[in-house]
Amino acid sequence: MIAAGDSVTSTGEAVQFWILAVVATGGALATVLMRKAVHSALSLAGTMIVLAVFYLANGAYFLGIVQIVVYTGAIMMLFLFVVMLVGVSAADSLRETIRGQRWLAALCGLGFGILLVAGIANASLHHFDGLGQANSGGNVEGLAALVFTKYVFAFEITGALLITAAVGAMVLTHRERIRRAATQKELSRQRVRENAHVAPLPAPGTYARHNANDIPALLPDGTPSELSVSPTLRARGQVRDVSGEALADLAALEQRSREWLERDGDEDRKGAVK
Amino acid sequence: MENLIGLLVLAPLLGAGILLCGGRALDRVGHWLGTLLAAVSFALGAVLFADMLGRDAEDRALDVTVFQWVPVGGFRADVGFHLDQLSMTFVLLITGVGTLIHLYSVGYMEHDERRRRFFGYLNLFLAAMLLLVVADNYLLLYVGWEGVGLASYLLIGFWQHKPSAATAAKKAFLVNRVGDVGLSIAIMLMFTTFGTFAFDPVLGDADRAGEGKLTAIGLMLLLAACGKSAQVPLQSWLGDAMEGPTPVSALIHAATMVTAGVYLITRSGAIFEGAPDAQLAVVTVGAVTLLFGAIVGCAKDDIKKALAGSTMSQIGYMVLAAGLGPIGYVFAIMHLVTHGFFKAGLFLGAGSVMHGMNDEVDMRRYGGLWRYMPVTFVTFGLGYLAIIGFPGLSGFFSKDKIIEAAFAKGGTEGWILGGTALLGAAITAYYMTRVMIMTFFGEKRWAPAPSPDRPSAEPAAEKHGDGTHGAGELPHPHESPKSMTIPMILLAVGSVFAGGLFTLNDTFLKWLEPVTGHEEGDSPVSALTVTGATMAVLVVGVALAWAQYGRKPVPVTPPRGSLLTRAARRDLLQDDFNHIVLVRGGEQLTRGLEAIDRTVVDGAVNGTAVTVGGLSGRMRRLQNGYARSYAVSMFGGAAVLIAATLLMRAV
Amino acid sequence: MNPVSYLYLSALLFTIGGVGVLVRRNAIVVFMCVELMLNACNLAFVTFSRMHGNLDGQIIAFFTMVVAAAEVVVGLAIIVSVYRARHSASVDDASLLKL
Repeated sequence: MIAAGDSVTSTGEAVQFWILAVVATGGALATVLMRKAVHSALSLAGTMIVLAVFYLANGAYFLGIVQIVVYTGAIMMLFLFVVMLVGVSAADSLRETIRGQRWLAALCGLGFGILLVAGIANASLHHFDGLGQANSGGNVEGLAALVFTKYVFAFEITGALLITAAVGAMVLTHRERIRRAATQKELSRQRVRENAHVAPLPAPGTYARHNANDIPALLPDGTPSELSVSPTLRARGQVRDVSGEALADLAALEQRSREWLERDGDEDRKGAVK
Repeated sequence: MENLIGLLVLAPLLGAGILLCGGRALDRVGHWLGTLLAAVSFALGAVLFADMLGRDAEDRALDVTVFQWVPVGGFRADVGFHLDQLSMTFVLLITGVGTLIHLYSVGYMEHDERRRRFFGYLNLFLAAMLLLVVADNYLLLYVGWEGVGLASYLLIGFWQHKPSAATAAKKAFLVNRVGDVGLSIAIMLMFTTFGTFAFDPVLGDADRAGEGKLTAIGLMLLLAACGKSAQVPLQSWLGDAMEGPTPVSALIHAATMVTAGVYLITRSGAIFEGAPDAQLAVVTVGAVTLLFGAIVGCAKDDIKKALAGSTMSQIGYMVLAAGLGPIGYVFAIMHLVTHGFFKAGLFLGAGSVMHGMNDEVDMRRYGGLWRYMPVTFVTFGLGYLAIIGFPGLSGFFSKDKIIEAAFAKGGTEGWILGGTALLGAAITAYYMTRVMIMTFFGEKRWAPAPSPDRPSAEPAAEKHGDGTHGAGELPHPHESPKSMTIPMILLAVGSVFAGGLFTLNDTFLKWLEPVTGHEEGDSPVSALTVTGATMAVLVVGVALAWAQYGRKPVPVTPPRGSLLTRAARRDLLQDDFNHIVLVRGGEQLTRGLEAIDRTVVDGAVNGTAVTVGGLSGRMRRLQNGYARSYAVSMFGGAAVLIAATLLMRAV
Repeated sequence: MNPVSYLYLSALLFTIGGVGVLVRRNAIVVFMCVELMLNACNLAFVTFSRMHGNLDGQIIAFFTMVVAAAEVVVGLAIIVSVYRARHSASVDDASLLKL
């Protein structure tokens, strides 16, 4: 491990740093620049794994593992769940709507970055002690000793915070049913009374070669029926219109069969009429 | 014996309470009840007087503390009475003249449906005035002072349905407030200077306070006296106060209340003696008022207003005398008492004339009345002789002494004051002779009764039910009923003999001396010379008036007259002066303040509002509702903070 | 190589995250950028821990993770309920914070 009182790390670590730092920065930039939220999330997960490696390299073994298990494993998956809930394929428009926002953000970011870098550069941190001493009894044991002695109140309070957060999340997303759910009978009566969609809604995939939920049924004239897809998908704009594709497929099929029957064009014509 | 002092005040106060709260049930007996309680008060005063006479001159003063009124730490205000010879004189004058005028009012106000209330107010006045003169400290005196002011206001505005009466009441009230502020400031100054405002310690320690303090207190007391006694420059209310019923004019605005200022100055003599500047101010005010009132009295055709001018002038004499210090105090009070008699008598006579003449007040519509109203003529004539100082009558003795004292002041000041007083005596003779001639002699110039709407008419006219006094008919002058003539006769007796009685053996001087002190001034002219000069100017004044009004008929419509006459008819332009200086000045001041308020204050406020509003309108664009935009601000702010921190560390 | 390089990387990641918060409109991505900033801080803490030779920095990083977890739970719940109400996860659509 790293000797105490050094000012330079091992070459192996240096190589690892320079490779992984590029990956981490790339992941961070991708997080910011990717149009789709799901891509951003994946890039961020990558960056976090790189960070976990850095933690391990810095002697923070427990944190490195926790970073992977809790952050990348749990939190990022939570992000992905929500992304799925909100709409995985919805992409941000890249056009900025607030005038000057991008320039200001870039300016602030640049200035902030320069300040941070200048601050670090000024701090004369050429020398480091290394964790050999602190980690001598095992990293996890050392952390545990601190957490349950010096930081025990902070630890307890953090526990309370977590419980509160869990309750808060439930309260925020919970919807109280304030009236009895209508039975099927009542719903059908209501439909008759309102004279709207008395018959069942068309199922997706009818007259089509797909039966996926996001592909609307085709009406007899070949146009898609909006009613046949779920309102959630419609709201997200995730309806895939394949009516044109179906017609094109049909045309292609006819073309192919004509080519195959080219030897006897009359037969073919008769067959087509048939 | 001390307890009687409280009863003295309590009796009329009880009367006022009963009459004002008693309701209509008392309408039939109310006036007799009021008169009876006034008489009770007089009787108590007489008993106290007899008791006082029975003791030595030095321990005649009675002191009694009834209860502690406001005991707060070092501040102690007691309800206590101090009855000495000075107070006693006033008590007898107030209750005596007051009782007579109560009696007179029974006849005079016979046809007024609010007579009970009138007597209630009169009793209230008596109680307040008695409290004023028997109080043993300035604060209690102030209570009485305000009480008489209130009673005066209520009585001047007794015929409140007449706008002129209501206005006059308000005017009297407001002008009196100016004086009252002076008194209250004087009391506060006394408290800060002496730590108390009881008579004994304040007057006893007066010589130990600085002259500046004494001058300030004295000037404030003078302001108070000016307000209550209608002295220049706060004299303007007295003429208008004649809107009140005639008995009120006689009691309050001639005999008693208006002399409260003289009482105050005499009582506070020790303070004024320590402050020569304040004394100079007092004699100046007295001298100016004495001429002012006399000149106004010469020009008025309204009999009551002519008498009001005369009152002002006579009180001017008293204030002048009181300002002279120990050489004048006794004569001021003596003139006050004799004046109380003859001026009340004159006013009652005037009321009697008006009663017989359908409530006409314009002297130019009188004439030749001596034949029709013999009693009134005789009593009024005796009062007239007394006021002009006819030898042997009251006014002669008291006024003569004042003129002597004025000369005795010494130096140039003495000559000026004495000359002024002599000139005043001449003018007094002139205007009183004018009143006398125009009212009782000459040809009849009677006119139909005035419409009750006329401001000067006393509204008793409209209440007469017997048909002989209706508006628009020629008057049938007749003698007044007994209840009116008896008080007039008694007052005439007083005005004839009081002066002589007082002067005989220097009775009055010896009576008052233990309280006010007395010293003989060294006059540059002998007493005989002064008396001779007084007689001479008297003859000149009477002769002038006779030449002007007695020899040729008096025109019914007043001639245009000289500039002075016209000014005097307008009370020597005092109201115009007040209007221009105070009202206009106040208007200009408020207008200026309003303009400043509008432009500067409002301008600053509105300008701030407009600036903030305009800035906000522009700043609002920064607040576009986008969280990201706000986040940029926070991020930039954080960057700036870090930069500042680094910079500070670098420096 | 000096471990200070880790700090420079941390500063870089933090700045990228900050700019991301400012320019992205999808609330979920904004959240991810916040997480990125938190992770950058954690890296700095871990590096400091190594430099000082004690474990306090790691403890702080640990607490940061826990708090970040709590924050993510509540934040995502807010995003979901906002999405339910407005059918949009764009932070610009909720632009009611103005006059």
